[in-house]
Amino acid sequence: MANTYYDAADLRKFAKITEWSEELGNKFFDYYGKVFEEGALSAREKSLIALAVAHVVKCPYCIDAYTKDGLQRGITKEEMMEAVHAGAAIESGATLVHGVQMMNKYNKLSM
Amino acid sequence: MATKSLKARQKDLAKTNKQLEILNGGIFAEGELPYFKDKLTNIGHFPLRPRKLEILQINVGYMCNQVCEHCHVDAGPDRKEIMTRETMKQCLEVIRNTEAHTLDLTGGAPEMNPNFKWFVEEAAKAGIQDFIVRSNLTIIRANKQYYDLPEFFKKHNVHVVSSMPHYTRGKTDKQRGDGVFDKSIKALQELNAVGYGLPGQNLRLDLVYNPSGAYLPGDQVALEKDFKKALDEDFGIQFHNLFAITNLPISRFLDYLIASENYEDYMYALVEAYNSEAVENVMCTNTISVSWDGWLYDCDFNQMLGLKVASKIKHIKDYNEDILNDRNIIISQHCYGCTAGAGSSCQGTVI
Repeated sequence: MANTYYDAADLRKFAKITEWSEELGNKFFDYYGKVFEEGALSAREKSLIALAVAHVVKCPYCIDAYTKDGLQRGITKEEMMEAVHAGAAIESGATLVHGVQMMNKYNKLSM
Repeated sequence: MATKSLKARQKDLAKTNKQLEILNGGIFAEGELPYFKDKLTNIGHFPLRPRKLEILQINVGYMCNQVCEHCHVDAGPDRKEIMTRETMKQCLEVIRNTEAHTLDLTGGAPEMNPNFKWFVEEAAKAGIQDFIVRSNLTIIRANKQYYDLPEFFKKHNVHVVSSMPHYTRGKTDKQRGDGVFDKSIKALQELNAVGYGLPGQNLRLDLVYNPSGAYLPGDQVALEKDFKKALDEDFGIQFHNLFAITNLPISRFLDYLIASENYEDYMYALVEAYNSEAVENVMCTNTISVSWDGWLYDCDFNQMLGLKVASKIKHIKDYNEDILNDRNIIISQHCYGCTAGAGSSCQGTVI
């Protein structure tokens, strides 16, 4: 067993989670597959959303997977980086909007 | 980016036995991944047998004006293997009598063969249904002697199939060399100008896309849509179809995979994407590949691996379609490249 928390080769074994809980595993992968099909959003758009979320949830497996997926779809590096910024902007915005709570509390406690 | 072939750099991987050693060893020999033969056995397709011959693919030489990083031919300006007029004459004899409906000239840059134009003129007289020349586009702009190629192709009703790795400059030049994108755009505009690639027109212009790195091509239809939109909007260029071709792990692409530590992941990706439906239509089942020196192979990839057909007919001078068609196709682990996803062939996906 690798002496690190993350091993890039583990991504290939993702499907194995089904072995320990077949019903839930299968339901998850069916759902996952369905989500990324062409729909009201194109598979290409969904790939970029997945890449942005992968960064926000800081999942190295997802980042590897959706960078590769983007390359396969012909998505450019500029598009990929803009998607990462979109995720980062929401994440930092989510932090900063709490600043209003801080301001409210500050004002309430101050004379 | 390298400016010489693996052969000129005397790299170990220029040797076919070294490549086959890698493809048959490592993760396959250790049982981590199944051999391609086992996959075929599971679906009752081993040994793999040809269907009716449809495509005669002739490689007229390994010389090329480009040194693309992914090239499975290890082509380049330093390659001197060029088909002679004598071998071309033997090919013409076969072209006149073949049952195949498609003649497919490839290289290297086939146009760099000094007898290329003569060969095309003679071959065109055979009246074969689909006459393809695989042109790398930049050759049309490489030297004055090639400027008339668009008109020449038109005159002989040649179907032009051209490589274009991406519709952006950065990705194209990274794979194929600086300046390739601009020259390719100019060449495509010239082909359009003489009538190639226009909707509803007979002068066919198709593009070939192969990934600029260690990943598989995405959906061919979606890529074609993106290419058409971008090339039309940015440069007013039109073309008919886009063929998405998987890079096979041989020659320079294998060298790249190993040097960039992507080999194992790439082989995993190919095996994972294995699609038994693609086996039915894999191109070695309807193609014969002829090398610059007249030897016969199941496909251009086997040619580059030095794997001649398993038939008593091994050379164009002895060509006999019936005997050739009664053969077992030679396979190795590189074949996973043609059965991944929607499959891959010189004509794009196969399902």
